[in-house]
Amino acid sequence: MSDILLSVAGLGKRFGGFVALSDFDLHVKQGDRLGLIGPNGSGKSTLVNCLCGTLRNDTGQVTFSGQKLDGLSAHQRTRRGLSRSFQLPRPFPTLTLADNVRVPILYAADIKPDRFRANPRQRCEELLDMVGLLPKANRLPTDLTQIEMRKLELARAMASEPRLLIADEAMAGLSHQEVDDILALLMKLNAQGVTIIMIEHIMRAVLAFSQRLVVLVAGRKIADGNPTDVIRQPDVVAAYLGS
Amino acid sequence: MRNLRFVLLGLMVAGATFAVARLIDNAYVFFAGYVVLQYVVLATSWNILGGYTGYVNFGTAAFFALGAYTTVVLHKTVPLLPLPAMMVVGGLISGTVGLGMGYLTLRLRGTFFSIATLAMAVVAQTLITNWNFVGGSRGAYIIRPANSPLFAGDYIEYLFVVMLVLAVISVSISRAIQHSRLGYGFSAIRDDEQAAEASGVPTLRLKLIATALSGGLMGMAGAPLPYYVTYLDPASGFSLSYAVNTIAMPLIGGTATWLGPVIGAILLGTLQQVATVTISSALSLLLVGLLLVGFVIAAPKGIVGWFKR
Repeated sequence: MSDILLSVAGLGKRFGGFVALSDFDLHVKQGDRLGLIGPNGSGKSTLVNCLCGTLRNDTGQVTFSGQKLDGLSAHQRTRRGLSRSFQLPRPFPTLTLADNVRVPILYAADIKPDRFRANPRQRCEELLDMVGLLPKANRLPTDLTQIEMRKLELARAMASEPRLLIADEAMAGLSHQEVDDILALLMKLNAQGVTIIMIEHIMRAVLAFSQRLVVLVAGRKIADGNPTDVIRQPDVVAAYLGS
Repeated sequence: MRNLRFVLLGLMVAGATFAVARLIDNAYVFFAGYVVLQYVVLATSWNILGGYTGYVNFGTAAFFALGAYTTVVLHKTVPLLPLPAMMVVGGLISGTVGLGMGYLTLRLRGTFFSIATLAMAVVAQTLITNWNFVGGSRGAYIIRPANSPLFAGDYIEYLFVVMLVLAVISVSISRAIQHSRLGYGFSAIRDDEQAAEASGVPTLRLKLIATALSGGLMGMAGAPLPYYVTYLDPASGFSLSYAVNTIAMPLIGGTATWLGPVIGAILLGTLQQVATVTISSALSLLLVGLLLVGFVIAAPKGIVGWFKR
């Protein structure tokens, strides 16, 4: 049990009478590549928001690296190593690409190696280089294409030196080749030791990436296991294609 | 080190400004110059919250008047206290009020926050109007000393120097923030608060720092006012024109940098002083409105933004 990085038990969230998430359990091991799928409105974004502290869960608890996260704000969770990228890229529009990446380098410092704190500029360059945006380091995000915006989002999420990265639909709206680019990038990050939860609708990418697949429908987990087995389960097929 | 060099440069510019004002040998230069410098401080401190973090504060007059009324109270209770000490106390009180206001209102965003700050100014004015010790609605008279306590010259010259030093301090603080970790945090909050939180920025703490600092500097700018006007009543101390001017100046100069509010305050403040003397005092406010409309259309990022294009 010691290699469990994220542990979620009985997580629930309601919006008035609407149950967005109900009795959700999840355990993610250090270094895992977990895929999370579900139809629109199934509670994926609510789950991400509850894990990252943007929303407060009504029930249940979240434990990260052996520490309870309940009651901690979003920035405190980021500082402890839980980072996310947004479904719709949300860059800081008045800051250059380098400064967009610099913000988490400067602020999400709790788990950061000293060398990054000592030289934030060098770390900015490393991260932008990793996603292929170094030549545009001094440009504004408004100059970027859709895939570049997605890459910036990932670079910024990585700038807080996370142990767990939640990539929320990082490939939405991208072409076949661009999906492969992001996929390769996520694989690379995972190879560097970052645990990744990928939320995605593109099944080709999900199956190529995930070692384990979780399916969420109407706020409940209906499947959790080997991806090729999970997608053949009748209730998963019914949720996606109708019974 | 860079900040220290900037402060020294600022003090040199301030010294040169004072020398030029003395060479002109006209007391009105100090009267008018004081107002322009006061607006440099107000616009710069407004910009720390409104420009850097994007929270538009309509309550400038409240912080400014709190500083002024702190001086009235201290003048009555501790008359021998030097003006710089009164300014520090005024700044601390306004800063504390800023912190409290921030804590209560910073969960509001956009126009809702602005309305709350305006409401706070109305509440503060009502309290002062009903506080007899500081003169209530009839106002308070302050007799200022005839001579400067520091050098041979009129007291108004002393007030000018005090405001000049405060302007250097506030501009130096604003510049230091812009190029610091704090400045990056403020910019992130202005651009996208949720993304800032996700990047590890403690948004509430930073916003409280901004409101306290901004309110404190505004209070310090207001503290010498009773000695400048010699008569202070709630209607003039809490005048909405302070809020309007203080917002217009950074918008005209540019809100993204420390330089914008300085340029806006010098330009608009000087124009207003010239218009007040040569045409009419009512026209000076019209001037603000016209310039603001013009700049919003022609240069929405202000003068600094226009040159950066």
